[in-house]
Amino acid sequence: MADDAPLAAAKHDKPTALAARAVTINQPVAEVYSRFRDFAAWPAFMENVVRIDVHDERRSHWVVKAPGGSNVEWDARITEEVPGKLLAWESEPGAEIPNRGHVEFRDAGARGTVIVATIDYDPPAGVIGKVIAKMFQREPAIQARRDLRRFKQLLETGEIATPAMNAKQFEEMGL
Amino acid sequence: MKAIAWHGKHDVRVDTVDDPGIVNPRDCIIKVTSTAICGSDLHLYDGYIPTMQSGDILGHEFMGEVVEVGAKSTLKKGQRVVVPFTISCGSCYHCTKQQFSACDNGLPADNQDIAQELYGQPMAGLFGYSHMTGGYAGGQAEYVRVPFSDVGPIVIPDGVEDDKVLFLSDILPTGWMAAENADIEPGDTVAVWGCGPVGLFAIQSAFLMGAERVIAIDHFPNRLKLAAKFGAETINFEESAVYEALMVMTGGIGPDAVIDSVGLEAHGFFVDNVLDQIKVSTFTGTDRAHANRQAIIACRKGGRVSMPAVYGGFVDKWPLGAFMEKGLTLKTGQTHVQRYLPALLTAILEEKIDTTFLISHRMPLEKGPEGYKMFHDQQNDVTKIVLKPGMM
Repeated sequence: MADDAPLAAAKHDKPTALAARAVTINQPVAEVYSRFRDFAAWPAFMENVVRIDVHDERRSHWVVKAPGGSNVEWDARITEEVPGKLLAWESEPGAEIPNRGHVEFRDAGARGTVIVATIDYDPPAGVIGKVIAKMFQREPAIQARRDLRRFKQLLETGEIATPAMNAKQFEEMGL
Repeated sequence: MKAIAWHGKHDVRVDTVDDPGIVNPRDCIIKVTSTAICGSDLHLYDGYIPTMQSGDILGHEFMGEVVEVGAKSTLKKGQRVVVPFTISCGSCYHCTKQQFSACDNGLPADNQDIAQELYGQPMAGLFGYSHMTGGYAGGQAEYVRVPFSDVGPIVIPDGVEDDKVLFLSDILPTGWMAAENADIEPGDTVAVWGCGPVGLFAIQSAFLMGAERVIAIDHFPNRLKLAAKFGAETINFEESAVYEALMVMTGGIGPDAVIDSVGLEAHGFFVDNVLDQIKVSTFTGTDRAHANRQAIIACRKGGRVSMPAVYGGFVDKWPLGAFMEKGLTLKTGQTHVQRYLPALLTAILEEKIDTTFLISHRMPLEKGPEGYKMFHDQQNDVTKIVLKPGMM
């Protein structure tokens, strides 16, 4: 019998690479949404996003680090947007790693805003590709969790926590 | 600068490393004037803590002078500060509820994975205590980068010497929170297992909170002597049977509250064991929770169990039945250091709490490796070592 849990937590019949991550941010939903909607600022908290070129309200070009030191690029378009509630995207046909997903925003009252990000993607070279990707920690499910934590840190504290002792170490470590 | 760095089991060295600098706007840099070796540092020394890397700078009990501030720090150059061992942001949900050690943002995002796997949710960051707790360089050094310096460090008035306030960084608030978690009522008898620094501060705190009697349990005569100095009755578990003694001493009732402050020495973050256990389910340190089991069995019906002791993983044969049948309450957790700092500083300034009695040795930073060995080998005589950078 179906329950109320998200599809990504399903034990059976789950798409292979579906990942859902939730985070609660101690800020009002309007603030959280507008900061998230600013794609060009994503490289500040997304470790593997090299660059996002925003073409227009719906279209953008993504340059993302991939396992083994290479980059993958694709064009993406927003398929649905309800400000303060929902943002959905899909890669354009022909993307190397076809991906789609949506991010939901919910007002959590005194606790701020709940974000639930669901990402569905086709990993390179199937299951083996996913295992390899995981080893390199470029696997989207792991990455999404870390990226959301960094986004939360940026909004709640104004900065991103780092153990780097000085600017030189920070350069070496990256985010 | 010079710093005490970990290089492996029983191998800590004085390394020369790059000076720290401001990285984030809320950072400050302090020039360390006093830094202590903690009992929990011995777990690093003994090589029990996973996710340590050669060259990691140790130390989480430290204080010093502010020498550099980021754009959003509220501190000023020249101020003397004591730094909490927990790295907490001050603005997440948990920090706003004063649950600082549960801060969402103190750990760098990548370092949160291990704790999330083990505990379900990641905790605050810690200075100088492996990469699982953030990989932050510690305070046994000439200089330290202190994140979130606008909400962590407490400013110390001029003229108050380091030795009086240094332990605000960890063990004093930890002992205080241990007593607070015991929900002490006037007239209570409180039993404290372990008379290390945390236990000794818990004893002082318990009396301040209205306990009529405190019974201290240990096997190091010198530590029991210190406990007695603060008015505790003592049980040496090598000389006497603890449960039998407690039952007679409490008129057959059992202590109203029990405090387990043994764990740091006997247990620690045995994450390596934990991971082994997850994998093969064959090994648990069945004797490691001995003090904790004894405390639960001795505690009176409806009593309170406070556990400042650090446990990292799972314990076997924990008396869950006694716990349930007697209706006990357990409170525990890493210390919410920032919550207690103002009140405890006041208590020190008003001479209601003495901390200096604890210090048995003071030595220059460069003698750190020697200090670790002494602390490790002579636990009866060495109660606390404070390293003083710049001391000749």
